[in-house]
Amino acid sequence: MMPLLTVLTLIPAFAALIALFAGNRASVARGVAFIAALASLALSVWVWLGIGSAGSDGSMKFVEHASWVPALGIEYHLGVDALGALMLLLSAIVSLMAIAASRKITHQPGLYFALILLLESGLFGTFTALNFFHWFLFWELSLIPAFFLIKLWGGEGRGRAATQFFVYTMVGSVALLLAFLALFVSTNSMDFETLARLAATGELTTAIQAHLGPISLWLALAVVLGFAVKVPLMPFHTWLPATYAKAPTPVTMLLTGAMSKMGVYGLLRLALPIFGRELAEVRTPLLILATLTVVAGAWAAVVQRDLKRVFAYSSINHLGYCLLAIFAVALPSSPNSATSLSQTIALDGVALQMFNHGLTAAAIFWFLTMLEERSGGQLHIDGFGGLRKPAPVFCGLMGIALFSSLGLPGLNGFVSEFLIFRGVFPLSWVPATISVLGLLITAAVILTVIQRVFNGPLAERWKDFPDLTTGERLAVAPVLVLMLVLGLAPQLVMGSINATVMHLIAGWKF
Amino acid sequence: MLAYTIYLSFAGALMLAFLPRAWNAGARFFALAIALAGLILALLGFIAGSGQSTVAVADLAWVPSMGIHYTLAADGISRVLVLLTGLAAVAGVLFSWNIGTKDGDRANEFFAFFLALIGGVYGVFLSVDLFLLFVFYEIAIVPKYFLIAIWGSTRREYGAMKLALYSFAGSAMVLIGLLAAYAVAGSHTMNLHELAQYPFPVSFQMWAFPLVFTGFAILAGMWPFHTWAPTGHVAAPTAASMLLAGVVMKLGAYGCLRVAMALFPHGLDPWGVSFLGIDSWRTVFALFAVIGIIYGAAVALVQNDFKFVIGYSSVSHMGLVLLGLLTLTQIGIDGAVLQMFSHGILAGLLFATVGRIVYERTHTRDLAQLSRLQLGKAMPFAAWLFVIAGMASMGLPGFSGFVAEVQVLVGAWQAFPWFAVVAGVGIVVGVAYTWRAMQRAFFSEAWAHDPSAPIPEYEPITWAEKAGVFLLAGTSLLIGLYPRLLLDAITPAVQALPHALLTGGHQ
Repeated sequence: MMPLLTVLTLIPAFAALIALFAGNRASVARGVAFIAALASLALSVWVWLGIGSAGSDGSMKFVEHASWVPALGIEYHLGVDALGALMLLLSAIVSLMAIAASRKITHQPGLYFALILLLESGLFGTFTALNFFHWFLFWELSLIPAFFLIKLWGGEGRGRAATQFFVYTMVGSVALLLAFLALFVSTNSMDFETLARLAATGELTTAIQAHLGPISLWLALAVVLGFAVKVPLMPFHTWLPATYAKAPTPVTMLLTGAMSKMGVYGLLRLALPIFGRELAEVRTPLLILATLTVVAGAWAAVVQRDLKRVFAYSSINHLGYCLLAIFAVALPSSPNSATSLSQTIALDGVALQMFNHGLTAAAIFWFLTMLEERSGGQLHIDGFGGLRKPAPVFCGLMGIALFSSLGLPGLNGFVSEFLIFRGVFPLSWVPATISVLGLLITAAVILTVIQRVFNGPLAERWKDFPDLTTGERLAVAPVLVLMLVLGLAPQLVMGSINATVMHLIAGWKF
Repeated sequence: MLAYTIYLSFAGALMLAFLPRAWNAGARFFALAIALAGLILALLGFIAGSGQSTVAVADLAWVPSMGIHYTLAADGISRVLVLLTGLAAVAGVLFSWNIGTKDGDRANEFFAFFLALIGGVYGVFLSVDLFLLFVFYEIAIVPKYFLIAIWGSTRREYGAMKLALYSFAGSAMVLIGLLAAYAVAGSHTMNLHELAQYPFPVSFQMWAFPLVFTGFAILAGMWPFHTWAPTGHVAAPTAASMLLAGVVMKLGAYGCLRVAMALFPHGLDPWGVSFLGIDSWRTVFALFAVIGIIYGAAVALVQNDFKFVIGYSSVSHMGLVLLGLLTLTQIGIDGAVLQMFSHGILAGLLFATVGRIVYERTHTRDLAQLSRLQLGKAMPFAAWLFVIAGMASMGLPGFSGFVAEVQVLVGAWQAFPWFAVVAGVGIVVGVAYTWRAMQRAFFSEAWAHDPSAPIPEYEPITWAEKAGVFLLAGTSLLIGLYPRLLLDAITPAVQALPHALLTGGHQ
């Protein structure tokens, strides 16, 4: 059988090399990147369909196994379930969108597209790895292209933002590394599935106790810290607004659309299965932080004036719902059938929300790229007004993305947020109730943006604001159609996701 | 076969000393040929020895009446370090290609000292007879002094003298310990393997161990005896910095393991009293090692001299080696040996970037001045090189440093969980200082306000520099992706260490 996941990870990496040789020929580099991203997308669709058709037990498919450094428990172990495949799909879509949006790169285009492709490769690797070492390799490697994309093509103050981004994430990475080395010391394994199995039977806690003393709670916190920085969970979010605002906008699409999902995915794949018991012990403080992330993230978006910062905070808010659901699911006692159903629904919502937010946020930042290209780089919320007169199509299409972000029924965002609230409410009603505030504030934020930018009196200098070209319309159309389709027929993806989530929950037993 | 690495280097040094002074280019090529031959021998010896524990290399009576023999042998640890020495030697010559381009450079003398140093280092890594080991160890100190004092830069006399005095002080401590061990064991053998079998009284080991360990650890840059290292590295010419950080510091760590720990394993036992949680020499030295990790990284974070940043980073990385050794676990010692190799390669690469590629062109190492030179644009090769070397040095996965760090940390988790956490903090500080230096030296935005400012032009990167870079960076990447190349040699050798040295996880 063809090692499909390896091939998928290698396609963008090889294309990156080719793009690098393109040097200053922008159209060549972009073409190479585009073809590679299309090929990756096709392959990840194939993987996704393969997951759907391979029976619905929710276990790992497309598994690859090879020995690497046996003495250290390091294996080349790949596989995806519906969760992983969904993330592959998202990464491929967002990368393609980012490449499509990068039309105005004139400075070292070869390097630029090579880095984007490397980042894509890093994402694929992270979402398919099932061994810590292998996973960590890609987790870290994806940081480097992101850093340089910000550093070399970002806006003013990019150096500081890039460094802040890198150092913050590295702090989280080292915490993760230490925790997993401690697990290795205790169990002699770095394999996610093995560790999850040991955790389910309770052997893991015993092993940690025997080898290292009563520190399993601290290890769990270190792991949560690693992911909390990435998602981010407040108060570990301070790197994010500056990074999203200073990064070139297509890179922000990748950061918010795909890279932030690495954190949520990590919580689902590593933290919950392996440290479910420990998370249950600190469930209340974590829920408080998640609620804070939802509400304060939305509120911070209200007071921002730079559009990129508005949506940076809005991203924090949207991923806050994922965190809320994940922490709510970590119940201290073994669940009865009712709570088990709520857990399943909540995690279904998380998986879908990851995909939806990735799609929507990337689309919004894509529209911001086009806005930026037309306005000469300015993105102040009060700098526009009345754009719907000269550019009705632009406003209409961006409006769809904005309403998806708002959670309007009929669009994709609504379904996942509904599922999350439906799942979390029975499990933990106080944070769920407070988090509803986040929905309201987000609605206010989105409507304010629409009002300030699209409506109101048209400023003299925007009278000739160019509307979307046919090419641009065609480029964004598939994404918007996907939003509609997922909003109206979520069952297209829910079947596979649900099977995987049930498989995960059945394996936990905390 | 491996023994010829020693003879070849010394013979080369001798012949270079007699070459005509004016023949600079010839001296360079001759030195490169000798270094390459050494590397090939080391590589062949490494491959030939794979699968075997200890390969006898040479055994001749020398001073039989005192039990002194010319005994050379190589186990997996030696073979790995000999290979490192070969790589460092070739890279060192390649990055000294500009020696002899100016009048009065005396290239033949420079390379004669260089090869003598290399020969001594090969000798230490291969010696089994303690007397012989000590002789090679001393031989290595002398050329170091001259390399710095004659061809060095910033405060070279001071740096050279400090380094020599620290080295001799360490040697004196080692010598006292070795002579005492020789006497206690009945004065009839200096063979390491035979002495290691002798049951030295625990009370003797309790004072001999810290003495010999400290003596060697001085050369490994152990805090608080590390101060020679940054000044020495900075004063030294690039090739000598590369060798100092790359292999000479490894001599110290190697001595700690091979002599101090292997001869006196019970010196690591608990004293029976505990003060603030410190209950044995092992904890004391492990504490020093961790302080070194943090302290070296923290000091590197505030340096303004680019070379000092790298100098202090060596102290930090060698702290990791010592910590790995003192975990007394299979995996920790494996990691320490791998870290020796990895740091040897990466320190060489970093010093080459800073000292040769950047400094020889800009003539400044001051980060504030460098930040105004637009080096990211003017010298993209150097900028990317430093990015790659920096990432490898901060322990990003995919490079050799990561595998080594992981093993040391696993060992530390088993032996000293708290120290593992502190070392983790050290790694984060390592990320910070590398990133800071990189930003300021290559990607500073100090000039961004004036994009029209002309980009300074520097002489192009030479083939020798490129070859050296690919040799070192490629090795680090290769080992990072497939560490078994070295681990398969290191692991059995560590398993063969005295049993008392592998009990750390189960105290």
